Amino acid sequence: MTKGKALLEVQGLRVAVAGNEILKGVDLAIRDGEVHAIMGPNGSGKSTLAQVLAGHPAYTVLAGTAKYEGKDLLDMKPEERARAGVFLAFQYPVEIRGITNSYFLRSALNALRRERGEAELDPIDFLQFLEQKLKAIGWDDSMMNRPVNEGFSGGEKKRNEILQLAVLEPRLAILDETDSGLDIDALKTVAETVNKLRAPSRAFLIVTHYQRLLNYITPDVVHVLADGRIVKSGGPELAHELEAKGYDWLRDAAMVS
Amino acid sequence: MAHVEQLVGSYRAWASNGASRAPDWLKDLREGSIARFHDLGFPNMKQEAWRFTSVAPIAEGAFDLAKPPTRIPSLEEIRRFLVLEAGYRLVFVDGFFQRSLSTPFFDDVQSLAHVVTHRQDLVRQHLAKYAATQDRPFSALNTAFVSDGAFVHVPAKATVAEPVQLVFLTTGDKQVVTHPRNLVVIEREARAAIVETYASLAGSAYWTNAVTEIVVGDGARLDYHRVQRESDRAYHVAATQSHQGRDSTLNLHFVAFGGKLARHDIGAVMAGPGGTLILNGLYLLAGQQHADHHTTIDHAADHCQSHEYFNGVLDEKSRGVFTGRIIVRPGAQKTDSKQTNNNLLLSTDAHADSQPQLEIYADDVKCTHGSTVGPLDPRALFYLCSRGIGEQEARRLLTYGFAAEILGRMDVAPLRLQLDAIVRGRLAEQ
Repeated sequence: MTKGKALLEVQGLRVAVAGNEILKGVDLAIRDGEVHAIMGPNGSGKSTLAQVLAGHPAYTVLAGTAKYEGKDLLDMKPEERARAGVFLAFQYPVEIRGITNSYFLRSALNALRRERGEAELDPIDFLQFLEQKLKAIGWDDSMMNRPVNEGFSGGEKKRNEILQLAVLEPRLAILDETDSGLDIDALKTVAETVNKLRAPSRAFLIVTHYQRLLNYITPDVVHVLADGRIVKSGGPELAHELEAKGYDWLRDAAMVS
Repeated sequence: MAHVEQLVGSYRAWASNGASRAPDWLKDLREGSIARFHDLGFPNMKQEAWRFTSVAPIAEGAFDLAKPPTRIPSLEEIRRFLVLEAGYRLVFVDGFFQRSLSTPFFDDVQSLAHVVTHRQDLVRQHLAKYAATQDRPFSALNTAFVSDGAFVHVPAKATVAEPVQLVFLTTGDKQVVTHPRNLVVIEREARAAIVETYASLAGSAYWTNAVTEIVVGDGARLDYHRVQRESDRAYHVAATQSHQGRDSTLNLHFVAFGGKLARHDIGAVMAGPGGTLILNGLYLLAGQQHADHHTTIDHAADHCQSHEYFNGVLDEKSRGVFTGRIIVRPGAQKTDSKQTNNNLLLSTDAHADSQPQLEIYADDVKCTHGSTVGPLDPRALFYLCSRGIGEQEARRLLTYGFAAEILGRMDVAPLRLQLDAIVRGRLAEQ
């Protein structure tokens, strides 16, 4: 395991949505450059954790803290979190009518550049920038002039999230079930791209229901979330154990402890 | 109904004076039409087609028939209503053709008043043959006053390189009415693009009552754009009626930005098999504006495709009404018809009515429709914010997208850019 300083530190996080407590005290520390996987059965609170870290307004924080670069993440608006380098790849990316992918990406990138005190990119500069990024991940620009996610297949939507990740270059990338709904080829493509985007200055939090994504992206740490709590953490071998044994043995263990 | 009598009286005075030189068939057409208007009177909200729109401000107002303008605006003054410098152009001020501001083309792109005598057979063959008047009092009134407007004729197999611009301006500070009457005839296998614009150099509560008839011949293609940028105090009533031949393509684009009260009846008849029709419209309203689009697509022949897209962006206390009637006649098999109407409410006081009406009398057809009315999608807002875009900009972007989706279907680039700039300007004001 690498020994950078903590980029994200979550302590005792309790979160409710529509009056139901979903996260019941989550502790999590991610250092620069680490890849953490969060696994768990349906309804365990995986997606809630991802969304609450990105600032989704539907979730209420009942207790606990989340520090990002030492700052109170929970006190920041979603756009402030994004500008500080937090990125969420959505499980269900939203369709935006009438706005092309390229226009959307440029708007987002310029919002981040303004924050960093850098000059905004005009459409021509952006196109050059984008071409470099696409080349680096080996993708073409076929999705760029289509309205954001509109009429995209499930796989295209997920790829589009990863493309945004590549363009916006976050420090903390949260992938919320990016693998769900992908066939094996699309899964490999996404995983390969994520691997290319791994960097000492970039951490990943990968939320997944299945172990198969972790065949292609080797995490530093695997956490198991069950009933709103992290019940076990370990190395990559934990993912294989879960694949073999399922989640039930952990749930029982959690109840005993 | 004092106003009906006033309008009929103003017709009598006009017909016996300035309009008396018209050929007999035209005089007969006018006489029949004023009688029709007199019988029908103004529509009221008890009538199904007028359920959501009251024309009381027009019916109870007093509008004098517009006189020739005392001052002709300069080209500089009207440039902001033009899409491009090149190409043929017909400019009308207060309903009267302005030779000095126009670039006509012989008797093919000309004022209707001119061709009524110079191309009498062609005009007579088409004029008032498509736009219904039997149950349409406004069209009947327009037909009674038919005298000037745009005439565009593209001969068979010809292509007009640049979009033809038709510009209708109202000036002055009097409460006047104009009745522009336009006839567009695209002959077999010909191709053209037209931009018809209604705007104002006046701040008065004037009334435009326009009718445009469009004929698209077999295998022809027309890209037709209509931009309504009337003043915010104006009343705008219009009918656009198209008639398509076999294997023809007609793309009809409508943008409504202006008017205090606007009602547009759009009718499209697909009379020959294999036709393709796009009806693409946007209404962007604010303040107390009310815009009613009443569309009817008539699939009268087999193997035709029609796609209708109307988006409404409604702010403040504005109101948008959309009716999408689709008729599939017996025998119009293999019809493929798709209709969507999406309304974005930017304020809790804004209101939209959307009513699809499908009348299908053939069994082997594909017809779909969908409509939405609501505020900005919070999921979309969060999505944009999660990418670093601030909330206000995210709102503007999503709203812009609603309009851009419609503008993006227009092929005439300079028009698209002009409309895009208007939309951005309107959104920046919010």
